[in-house]
Amino acid sequence: MKRRKFDAAALPGKVGGALDDRFKLASPARKLMTKVFPDHWSFLLGEIALFSFIVLLLTGTFLALFFEPSMVEVHYEGSYLPLRGIEMSKAYESTLNISFDIRGGLVIRQMHHWGALLFVAAILVHMGRTFFSGAFRKPRETNWVIGAILFILAFFEGLLGYSIPDDGLSGTGLRIIHGITESIPLIGSWAAHALFGGEFPGEVIITRFYILHVLLVPGIMLALIAVHVGLVFAQKHSQWPGPGRTENNVVGYRMFPNYAAKQGGFFMLVFAVIAFMGGLFQINPLWLFGPYEASVVSSGSQPDFYVMFLDGLVRLFPNWELSGFGFILPAVFWPAVIGMGVAFTVPLLYPFIERRFTKDRAHHNLLERPRDNPTRTAVGAMFASIWLITTVTGANDIIADKFNISLNAMTWGGRIGIVVIPVLTFYITKRICLGLQQHDREVLAHGIETGIMRRDPDGRFYEIHQPLTDEVDEHGHPKVLEYNGWTVPKKMNRVGALKPGLRGFFKPIEIPGDSTDQSSLDSKDTREEIEAGKK
Amino acid sequence: MSAAQHDSSANEPVDVTDGKLSRFEIVKEGLRRDGIEILHYEPAFPVPGTKVEKRIERFIAFCFVVAGLGALGFVAVFAFWPWEYEYAEFGGAGSMSKWYTPMLGLTLALGLGGLGIGILTWAKKLLPVEELVQERHDGGSNEEDRVITGAVVGNMVEETGIKRRPMLKRALLFGAAPLGLAAIAPLGTLIVPPGDDLVTTGFNPRNNDGQPVGLMLKDGTRVRPDMISVGGQITAFPAIPDGSTNKHADSPVLLIHLRDEDAKKARENAYEMYEGAQWNNYIAYSKICTHVGCPASLYEQQTNRLLCPCHQSQFLITDNAKPVFGPATRHLPQLPIDVDEDGFFYAVSDFLVPIGPAFWERG
Repeated sequence: MKRRKFDAAALPGKVGGALDDRFKLASPARKLMTKVFPDHWSFLLGEIALFSFIVLLLTGTFLALFFEPSMVEVHYEGSYLPLRGIEMSKAYESTLNISFDIRGGLVIRQMHHWGALLFVAAILVHMGRTFFSGAFRKPRETNWVIGAILFILAFFEGLLGYSIPDDGLSGTGLRIIHGITESIPLIGSWAAHALFGGEFPGEVIITRFYILHVLLVPGIMLALIAVHVGLVFAQKHSQWPGPGRTENNVVGYRMFPNYAAKQGGFFMLVFAVIAFMGGLFQINPLWLFGPYEASVVSSGSQPDFYVMFLDGLVRLFPNWELSGFGFILPAVFWPAVIGMGVAFTVPLLYPFIERRFTKDRAHHNLLERPRDNPTRTAVGAMFASIWLITTVTGANDIIADKFNISLNAMTWGGRIGIVVIPVLTFYITKRICLGLQQHDREVLAHGIETGIMRRDPDGRFYEIHQPLTDEVDEHGHPKVLEYNGWTVPKKMNRVGALKPGLRGFFKPIEIPGDSTDQSSLDSKDTREEIEAGKK
Repeated sequence: MSAAQHDSSANEPVDVTDGKLSRFEIVKEGLRRDGIEILHYEPAFPVPGTKVEKRIERFIAFCFVVAGLGALGFVAVFAFWPWEYEYAEFGGAGSMSKWYTPMLGLTLALGLGGLGIGILTWAKKLLPVEELVQERHDGGSNEEDRVITGAVVGNMVEETGIKRRPMLKRALLFGAAPLGLAAIAPLGTLIVPPGDDLVTTGFNPRNNDGQPVGLMLKDGTRVRPDMISVGGQITAFPAIPDGSTNKHADSPVLLIHLRDEDAKKARENAYEMYEGAQWNNYIAYSKICTHVGCPASLYEQQTNRLLCPCHQSQFLITDNAKPVFGPATRHLPQLPIDVDEDGFFYAVSDFLVPIGPAFWERG
């Protein structure tokens, strides 16, 4: 039989046809590929989180091949000399082996840790973008809630992850987790015993945390991330206001090839940054901490940055212990359990809290600039300030040491700060928002400040403004333009009257305008003197 | 703009199979059918083959070559670079293996980064510049659909007859609810009664056949008074099997040799229950912070304060180790100590109050 000639050019069509015969893909595939996405740099933040999550799955799988989540005592005989002959758990030993005795283990371990930090950081910034632009409003509340749950899961996933190597630092963290669990009223000691399988530290906690860390929590997260991203597709991405953009359309470019190429490239870049950090920046050098011993701690015991707000809150809270009728409500219950609960549930429920006050039940596909919702922006800034104070307090012993400040002064500064600064932040942020709004409207009404001063014959000075429109009202004044929710040009070069300012980091990549070359400033044959805006 | 959109969508669908349309016209027809309108579309380089275009092409090709070299480098480093860890006191000077991890990171970053920057440049500089507008159709289904789906659901409930058959409803509830309980019951295995775990430590005489428990160092050496200089301190453990391991994580004590005047002060200040708990100038406090359980072990000799490095609680050792700063509420429990006829320290009894962080039933 004669062999049929292979036609490479017809192959994609043939495969496409075969797939369509079976799955009826032509229409849905086309719709997916030509789906329009709006573009703005701030929409990329969530992607950083998504990409770091993928890197975490990859590196985590490698680590799981070599990590032994066991608290069985062993003698260390690996290549790190200072710890040779020391008794330690198998978990710590296998982590040391990953770092020293497994080819490429250290770079993967460090990439996993840096990836985790980047993951949580990206989630926080992404949440901030969503919050301050009002993207969580109807119809996207569900996705906000899913995102907030993902943050909570990421927080605990990280906590579980840095607890399982069973080194000196992670054991101290476990001890604190134990102490906090014990502080829960009524069930505290039973809950702590259930968690640790008996007295602290017991012999099961690492094994338990491990299975939560590698199976349960990431499994739930994977499912929620799929829903999270799926809902963005189904509901279509929100967009910033701008020319031609309405509540009922999406302005942007197509999923393929533009968006997909940018996403693919960006994924590689995020991966590259994590690889670079994993290779060159040391993180969690746990061979220096030694195995966990209940009697040993070092100064400067800090958790990862996203847990530091909680640690800071615990440091700041006064020693107000309630007792009576033979029972105790430990002081640490308030900052650690209630504080954490509030920190997690208030953001989770924020869309519904805001709606209670605004009674806003409309669909919103256009985002709001932070200045256009001063109260929300101020509330957000207030929470950010609380987070910042508590996070800094989480490292107040380091700051006290490095800057030679009294430790007690740092604590008192934090205690006073956490009461005063949020209030100030709220007020100042709100005033700044209102001021920015006012200035936008001023420019829309009177034009851009040109910096050209004029003196009237009667001696008065005034600045000439360049109106943004040629249209005039019945009095001959420039028409007051309506604010459309987007950037108002405030510099003359923004409206093309001057050459753009210098850009570039090492050298200007645009040539500065030549003040003597008047022809470049105006396309018209003769330049007219700026007269408008004159009273 | 929206008027134009309406005009075009009012048009009859174009026949895309008649072979007269160019490929891009078919693409445009597809977009139109999906409610997408092209606002702006132009090739990045209307005149092909300009100098700028060539330069960008060269740059992208360079990025991809760098990516390939980086990836090959990664594989080469992974396989051939000496990687076995060599310990050296001062950072392993002269050893190649200390560069193994940085080289891996660097080459991998080059491989991935080159590919990433190449693709991004391609997308940003070479793909056509486009702006499209697509209609949204949110805000729920139309009224008809809602009515129909509502009827379907209502009918479904009706068909089961659950409303007309209250006995079945109750029986189902009785049948299903216990299954829920059964599902969570296995979690009950996790419950371990605390018993007296939280109020006893390794210093309890029951760990030593009813005899008082001695104090020992980490390595098992029994502690004698002359082992601690004046103003010094050591960490001591119950002298029982595994006494210094994490099996007795609640037991470590800080044994301090106070200066004469400090010892006098401590004795004067002692709470009633701690009278006689001190042995001469020696005093032993639980190391486990009463806040959340870190070892409170930073001893400041000059101020006689013990600092917990986790949350900065500070305890005054000349006054029952009561908290003087920070979030801790309770004093560090004191271990009553004495010296036996062989000259070794021992605990007269277990701690008189539960050590470590507070809990509900501690009272």
